[in-house]
Amino acid sequence: MAICEFLPRAFCRFPAISDSTIRQLRQVIDDGFRGLVREYGYIIDALKAPLQWFLNYLERLFTTSPWTVVLIVMLLVVYFGSRSIRITIGTAIGMLLIGLFGLWEDTMTTLAIVTVSTLIAIIIGLPIGILMARSERVQGVINPILDVMQTMPSFVYLIPVVVIFGIGKVPGLIAVVIYAVPPMIRLTNLGIRLVDKEVLEAADAFGSSRGQKLWNVQMPLALPTIMAGINQTIMMSLAMVVVASMVGVGGLGRNTLQAINNQFFTFGFLNGFALVAIAIIFDRTSQAFGKRLQRHTEVVHG
Amino acid sequence: MASHGIEIKGLYKIFGSNARQHVEAVRNGLSKAELNERYGHVLGLKDINISMPAGGITVVMGLSGSGKSTLIRHINRLIEPTYGEVVYDGVNVCGMNERDLREFRRHKTAMVFQKFALLPHRTVIENTVYGLDIQGVSRSESLKKGQYWIDRVGLSGFEHHYPNQLSGGMQQRVGLARALTNDADILLMDEAYSALDPLIRVDMQTVLLDLQAELKKTVVFITHDLDEALRLGDKIAILRDGQVVQQGTGQEIVLSPADDYITAFVKEVNRGRVIQAKTVMKPFDGAADGVRIEATTTLEAAAKAMTESGQTKATIIDEAGTPIGTLDLQTMMAAMVTPAGSDASMMAAE
Repeated sequence: MAICEFLPRAFCRFPAISDSTIRQLRQVIDDGFRGLVREYGYIIDALKAPLQWFLNYLERLFTTSPWTVVLIVMLLVVYFGSRSIRITIGTAIGMLLIGLFGLWEDTMTTLAIVTVSTLIAIIIGLPIGILMARSERVQGVINPILDVMQTMPSFVYLIPVVVIFGIGKVPGLIAVVIYAVPPMIRLTNLGIRLVDKEVLEAADAFGSSRGQKLWNVQMPLALPTIMAGINQTIMMSLAMVVVASMVGVGGLGRNTLQAINNQFFTFGFLNGFALVAIAIIFDRTSQAFGKRLQRHTEVVHG
Repeated sequence: MASHGIEIKGLYKIFGSNARQHVEAVRNGLSKAELNERYGHVLGLKDINISMPAGGITVVMGLSGSGKSTLIRHINRLIEPTYGEVVYDGVNVCGMNERDLREFRRHKTAMVFQKFALLPHRTVIENTVYGLDIQGVSRSESLKKGQYWIDRVGLSGFEHHYPNQLSGGMQQRVGLARALTNDADILLMDEAYSALDPLIRVDMQTVLLDLQAELKKTVVFITHDLDEALRLGDKIAILRDGQVVQQGTGQEIVLSPADDYITAFVKEVNRGRVIQAKTVMKPFDGAADGVRIEATTTLEAAAKAMTESGQTKATIIDEAGTPIGTLDLQTMMAAMVTPAGSDASMMAAE
């Protein structure tokens, strides 16, 4: 541009670090990273082992049990969670259609990984959320980390996951958990912070210890919000299992990936609809369950 | 359980980051406005000295912002004092470590809150036994006690309702039952009845007075309503801008208000319900005619007794039944009517 004739060069073209420097930087970081992984491989393997076992166990349980048994158990869980005939019938229809189109086994694989990743996300997210609610400093440290986790494109953190854990089901699981855990942490934190100050004061006035306050007052009153967090976590892990199929997670996600690569239009959509069906089942059931937990707030004296 | 009084000695509360540094200046006369303007600190309480009698109801009265709710929270140390002592049974509550304080709160105090502060996810009976849960009492035992107090406050049949299925008055009965189930000597009531409508409030005052006649707890009652203060208080302390402007019995405050502020307050009060017969009676003249009325009877009750029996004179007797004075309708009416202004009443008194 003409204006560049009058300006010093550095003001016109961005003075980027030279390519060779960046190349060196990348090399140092990547090598360091790989070195670490090689050095501490045994720790990583030890970490992977229980997850692998749990995931395989659940997957085998889901896929090898007769579909009738799985369906009945599933309907029972849905019914006793939601206490709604409509949701239960919807679930039955959805699952039968999935089976009819030959996606039963893939769906079971996906269910297994979503179940495991949701459980892990709750186990990790709940205590972190509680810690955040109790300390401003912890909140100050964790909040920006969550911001990064939620805005970082999910494909990007597949890279370190693959570098550290390799390709396979467990790395995929870990990626799903990383993606799905932020809402759990945030909503646990929020729920506890929103607990009525007056009720907390009453708990103090009666001499509650910190633990008693947490279990008698804060957790029960935060439960609706925490349930919303669990619901979000389930939805996000369902979304992420598709992306995680790129690092070797099986199930409906892998089918979708194949459909993209081969332009299998119908096959792709069938798998997509199967995921939608599962998502709706999980969502409605967990929401109805959350609502039932807060029945006491519904009947208001006029 | 023997009751103990509560002694509040030289209590200061300043809100702000460097509260401690300003106590001396406030003691030497730095005003609330100056403290706020110059240092950005808020004066909550200034040099509070109140002796709350054991087994009696002490009412702390003041308008909003007077520091009364801050004061009651110092007794169980929900608020840390900046300076001063709260002594109960020989121990300074403000000097307790965390564990002792928790034990003190669990076993010696119980509190009733303005906005009830019930646990919404617990039923009435579960709320009632909350204090005992915290103490680690087994449910089989605590439910028995809880049921007893639910019956006493008139909530039988509502044990398994949730708080927001109940009206405000009923919710506060739960609050009261929860506090009483704790079986603590000190009962702290922070504007407990302010959120209730007038009829229910009077109802709840009666509940408290009836229970207190039997339980003899050391009650601290916060209110902004002078009528309520006069009805309940064995002793009343009036707070303004974080300072005690006057303390004494209801009669003392109504008959000799310490300043214009209190005079203005007292003007609208129904004096017949506060002033006792012995205060306005004439010395006994030997003729024991008319109705016999106890010395501590209020003028209103005395007037009722006299009109019902058609008499215009009454003989005032002491606890032993010996006549100590006489009272006629004329004197009584004069005492019951609100004086035109404080000056007039002062002159009349002289």
